[in-house]
Amino acid sequence: MLITVTINGKKYTDEIAPDMVLLDYLRQKGCYSVKRGCETSNCGLCTVHLDGKPILSCSYLAARADGHSVTTLEGLQEEAAEFGAFLADQGGEQCGFCSPGFIMNVLAMVRELKDPTEAEIQEYLSGNLCRCTGYQSQLRAVKNYLAHKQEVQS
Amino acid sequence: MSFVNAPIRKKDAMSLVTGKPVYTGDLIPQNALVVKLLRSPHSNADIESINTAAALKVPGVCCILTWEDVPDARFTTAGQTYPEPSPYDRLILDRHLRCYGDPVAIVAAENEQAADKALRLIKVKYHVMEPLLDFTKAKDNTILVHPEDNFRALCPVGADNKRNLCSTERMDIGDVDEVLKTCDVVVERTFNTKANNQAMMETFRTFSYIDEYGRLTVVSSTQVPFHARRILSNALQIPKSRIRVVKPRIGGGFGAKQSVVSELFPAIVTLKTGRAASIIYSREESMTNGSPRHQMQMKVRVGASKDGVIRAIDLYALSNAGAYGDHGPTTIGLVGHKSLSLYGGLEAARFDNEVVYTNTMGGGAYRGYGATQGIFAVESAVSELAAKLGMDPCVLREKNMVAQGQMMPTYYNEPCNSCTLDKCMAKAKEMMDWDNKYPRRVLENGHIRSVGVAMAMQGSGISGVDIASVEIRLNDDGFYTLLLGCTDMGTGCDTILSQMAADCLDCDLDRIAVRGVDTDFSPYDTGSYASSTTYVTGMAVVKTCQVLREKILKTGAFMLNVPEETAEFDGKRVFVPGTEKQVTLEEIGYASYEGHNRCLSASESHSSLISPPPFMVGMAEIDLDPETGKVEVVDYVGAVDCGTVINTNLARVQTEGGIVQGIGMALYEDICYSASGKMENNSFLQYKIPSRLDVGKIHIEFESSYEPTGPFGAKSIGELVINTPAPAIMNALYNATGCFFDTLPVRSEDIFFAMEEKNK
Repeated sequence: MLITVTINGKKYTDEIAPDMVLLDYLRQKGCYSVKRGCETSNCGLCTVHLDGKPILSCSYLAARADGHSVTTLEGLQEEAAEFGAFLADQGGEQCGFCSPGFIMNVLAMVRELKDPTEAEIQEYLSGNLCRCTGYQSQLRAVKNYLAHKQEVQS
Repeated sequence: MSFVNAPIRKKDAMSLVTGKPVYTGDLIPQNALVVKLLRSPHSNADIESINTAAALKVPGVCCILTWEDVPDARFTTAGQTYPEPSPYDRLILDRHLRCYGDPVAIVAAENEQAADKALRLIKVKYHVMEPLLDFTKAKDNTILVHPEDNFRALCPVGADNKRNLCSTERMDIGDVDEVLKTCDVVVERTFNTKANNQAMMETFRTFSYIDEYGRLTVVSSTQVPFHARRILSNALQIPKSRIRVVKPRIGGGFGAKQSVVSELFPAIVTLKTGRAASIIYSREESMTNGSPRHQMQMKVRVGASKDGVIRAIDLYALSNAGAYGDHGPTTIGLVGHKSLSLYGGLEAARFDNEVVYTNTMGGGAYRGYGATQGIFAVESAVSELAAKLGMDPCVLREKNMVAQGQMMPTYYNEPCNSCTLDKCMAKAKEMMDWDNKYPRRVLENGHIRSVGVAMAMQGSGISGVDIASVEIRLNDDGFYTLLLGCTDMGTGCDTILSQMAADCLDCDLDRIAVRGVDTDFSPYDTGSYASSTTYVTGMAVVKTCQVLREKILKTGAFMLNVPEETAEFDGKRVFVPGTEKQVTLEEIGYASYEGHNRCLSASESHSSLISPPPFMVGMAEIDLDPETGKVEVVDYVGAVDCGTVINTNLARVQTEGGIVQGIGMALYEDICYSASGKMENNSFLQYKIPSRLDVGKIHIEFESSYEPTGPFGAKSIGELVINTPAPAIMNALYNATGCFFDTLPVRSEDIFFAMEEKNK
């Protein structure tokens, strides 16, 4: 079937198999930041934005993205580097395999929640698993990043 | 500026956080065949026949391999120094299938759809046999997991495949039975742990191709590239000289990738077809046919005088190797050596162990490597002893813990050169406010808040076995290339070792270009396992820098035309103090590239005859709802002695991450098998690793000793940190409920029913 999807601001029209999931389509288009960590929608590694909202691309048919706009970390390099620096300064990226999906969700959270509490942060990001860090360094990074953003704005 | 003991950002951090394609799966060539495995639907079966005719007709299918197409020479997939202690009990494909998911056939196709279709069309007739699933009944069972005659053990580990024995060992120090008889108090209990999965976020994956010289190149997410080269050679029966192994960035390992799991399948396809080939394990495959922690049963007897002097510990451990013996004979050793050695004044100790084959999935290496299981058992028994003696479990430990300056008879008779376990205990008590919180308090909502404690140790590399080599080159404008054979799997060793090199060479960290592993150009290193990298490879860095400094000084003095003894090197220049004579490192770098025989590089190796243990005290504060048994770890403190901390950020994250894995092991991660031996927890849906909502606050402090044989005084940290949560949480549960828990994981229902039973 024929779909037209905007990926990171660029429009693509492709003939795809009806059962292709968005994750595989995106990797086929060179968006290698999008990772698969499970087959059961549990890990959050494949998180991308569809029209600005976070979704799990492993369990989203590419066909459903027809006519929509998809953003991956490749399309948010500046923001990724900005937040990523806070993560890196905690050593919180570790193996880095979950970082792209995690960062996509952090960036979505920052857009969606105003001054989130710690509990709200943890709740929002709870679908992003990480086996390396024990999550503490990620939380420190998010808090430092939010404080920095507030500082810049005020 | 000193880079050691600083919170340095990882050298690869920014490429990881911006999602750059640096992992194995991102680098697969476009034209690579997709390799998939037909896996056994039975736990114990022989293949009577395989018909691949229909599958081969699927458009896009390139080749299908069965047991008839692979070499008949057995090998082990355990990444260990040759001769490996793990028995040679595997074939790439075997006619005898020994566990659910054992590979039956290898399919290679132009795309995934064709491979999947072919898998469905392969017709296999199985002769299904009764499986042996209960490892407590495995020894001398009539069902033999490895009846084959070409099974062999290269090392005398006590393997006997006609008895389902993978290994046996016994250590006796003094007469345990006699001492226990005269103890005032003896605690005896049997503990059970399960086959935890490492659950690293990047599953097993590999691709392979034939390079321009006709050699087999294998790019893989592996912790052991040099061992992988040898294992590939053993399995494929081709010379090692024809194989090159490359390690890109790794998405986590935790020991899982200390075995060759996915490498052989694309490699044999490439050899047979000449085509590039790739395999990416699904999460299910990683769960069912990976290389998890060994399931164990441990019987502990610990005896003490009534004033709390621990006099003897008797430990028997039974380990389930599963279908294959990877790391079986070696993980079991740590169960005893790294638990009993926490106690310094034992009059007698015994450690008896057996590792048995069954028809469950084969085990492997997982962070802690047996020490985790042993420490869970021994520390839990010691806490029970404290309860029996009516003593605070911290006080009992303070009385008995190993101390710096002691010899450790249960730890291969190695000396305890550096140890601040006492300070770790004091620090942890302060951080937890132990004296006020012990043992419990009841909150207004009826929940019980209680605390628990445990100690832990590990090693730093394998004594007299692990070897690390490092090469450092001076380049033309005075920057260095640091070539490493150890594998950064996200832990940050590329950065940590660069920090050491920068300090040793008195240069900026940016002047060190570091490069991970390619067996064709990296210096030999056994690999990243056994907590060896900082301690063993770190010393190789220190030694290499010393030699390179001497060479730089010599060249500089030659250029200045002065005697070497009069010159000095300060990292930026070679100069003669008190004169204006100097030549910069940049000039030396350029000069070394021109017209003489002095290209400046150095390469040194290091091996250590001892494996200095890092130590730790962990304390858990739990919140228990007595009406439901629901338990939450609200606070965890860790006080760690890893010697000098090289990277303060990374050591902290290692500790926090290890503790959360330990919490998962204690409370959530529950591998179960169906009656026919099929693993029931084969996804993240059923195998629950902790999410960020499942862990409370974690607080870490370092109480550094100085290890005289380590680089900058450092010991290891990576494995140590997983060992305290299970016994500390069990202790907290006892302090909350008065019930002893001895079987992991402890689920809410276990707590609820134990409390019901107690209140009857």
